[in-house]
Amino acid sequence: MQEEVSKNNKVDVIVVGAGPAGVSAAVTVARGGKKVVLVERGTFAGSKNMYGGIIYSHAAKEIFPNFEEEAPIERFVKKHTYVLLSKDDSTTQITYENPQNEKNAFVAIRANWDKWCVEQAKKEGVYYAPETLVRELILEKGKVVGIRTDIEDYFADIVIIADGVNSLLAKQLNLRDDIKPKNVVLGVKEVIKLKPEIIEQRLSLKNQEGAAVELVGGPFSGMFGLGFIYTNKDSIAVGLGVSLEDLKTKKIKPYELLEKLKSHPFVSDLIEGGELLEYSAHMIPEGGYNCLPVLYTDGAMVVGDAAMLVNNVHFEGTNFAMISGKMAGETALAAFEENDFSANMLCLYKKKLLNSFILKDLKTYKDVVKILTKRSSSFMGYYPEKINEFFGIFTCADGLEKKSKFQNFAKNFFRKRSLSELFLDMTAGIKLILGILK
Amino acid sequence: MEENMSEKIEDKLYKLKYNTDSKCHLNPDESKCLQCIEKTCTIVCPANVYSYNENEKKLAVSYEKCLECGACKVVCKHIQWTYPKSGKGVVYKKS
Repeated sequence: MQEEVSKNNKVDVIVVGAGPAGVSAAVTVARGGKKVVLVERGTFAGSKNMYGGIIYSHAAKEIFPNFEEEAPIERFVKKHTYVLLSKDDSTTQITYENPQNEKNAFVAIRANWDKWCVEQAKKEGVYYAPETLVRELILEKGKVVGIRTDIEDYFADIVIIADGVNSLLAKQLNLRDDIKPKNVVLGVKEVIKLKPEIIEQRLSLKNQEGAAVELVGGPFSGMFGLGFIYTNKDSIAVGLGVSLEDLKTKKIKPYELLEKLKSHPFVSDLIEGGELLEYSAHMIPEGGYNCLPVLYTDGAMVVGDAAMLVNNVHFEGTNFAMISGKMAGETALAAFEENDFSANMLCLYKKKLLNSFILKDLKTYKDVVKILTKRSSSFMGYYPEKINEFFGIFTCADGLEKKSKFQNFAKNFFRKRSLSELFLDMTAGIKLILGILK
Repeated sequence: MEENMSEKIEDKLYKLKYNTDSKCHLNPDESKCLQCIEKTCTIVCPANVYSYNENEKKLAVSYEKCLECGACKVVCKHIQWTYPKSGKGVVYKKS
């Protein structure tokens, strides 16, 4: 790094964090002809990263148009399946497949994907500094002017903060408050080795096709949490994300929940005979639009998870990271045109986000998490359970008449749920739908 | 169940690669632990880093197992939380 950075350790832009947001920001700046350093605290890009696990082609293509031919992709997602797990081991499943749009999303292993992205960025002129932890930002008269690492200080006109969900740097600048347990989900997952043909057979996939499975209910019945299964080439990722507030109040350990999920027949049949390759954990910001930090200040912008840019309803995060990174990069280039690095200039970054799907979508879903966490016992517990029960009756032939079974089902439905609760669920449901459509 | 589970999590962590830092990067304020009833850090940590010894009235911090997720600092404001030094800590290869 010493040779590449000019004598007084000053470059045009420093990007902190070589995840999807950081690398997209850095490569955008380099393409604009400015000198940019990308710093990463891990030994290699991706070594600190875990996700619940899809990358979207539209965003990948926007940053690296050649990704489809060259990047280390595990499998494109052919099938999207949603599964309601019941406590009695029954399941109700919906699967969506569209042969016309088979390359909309893919699964990659972050240690490979993030590393590949950084290699591309280096080819395009980004100076890369791995194993470099930024301890703090350097400020001068309230303006961000550089970074302090374990070894040395480095300076830049603009610092792009892409240090992930825990963003200690955004915190240092008071751009965000401490995260609250109800606004964050803890994700834990296991990557389990299985032969490709076994994965394909068990998930009814053809050669090299992939699946994304989202799991509702079951072990996290009544909690704000979901399970997921994604397919790699020769392994399956099984994991879950559950609200820290629920873990805290219900006093459940995250790995206990994961064990319960793995022991549900739907999951245990899939992973049977597999070998654990890696266990991992990471937080996902779920606060959405209402919890956004301040996105820019004099000399700095915040991107990706550090800016809490995640659409928790559609499991979109990597695309938000990449596109927000690109927009911050474009803003930096515009700032150099004007030779103005003040907040006044950098507010262009927020304008770009506001005009894009990123903040538009987050705005659309701004109340969803609030409503779902408040009513999680019903929307993510009672009703999924009832849907399974309904299909249980619907599909069961046992020589008994149907009418009384359905009458019983209806009676129980209301008996086990007080009218006031039903009313609260209904108003929450209406609010949810109106909030999205209005 | 409890014991089984902690054995299991240790097995899972054993498979991970770590470049262990020489210095602990997680520093709870021990005086606060004495008054803390919930000990939520011992529940939410996905790597079983925190365990409370009732006899010694002390919170043990096995920082070398840390996955750097940050959950502990979200549930407890008395943990001084930083990252391990440059290049140190967990190394994910398959996640």
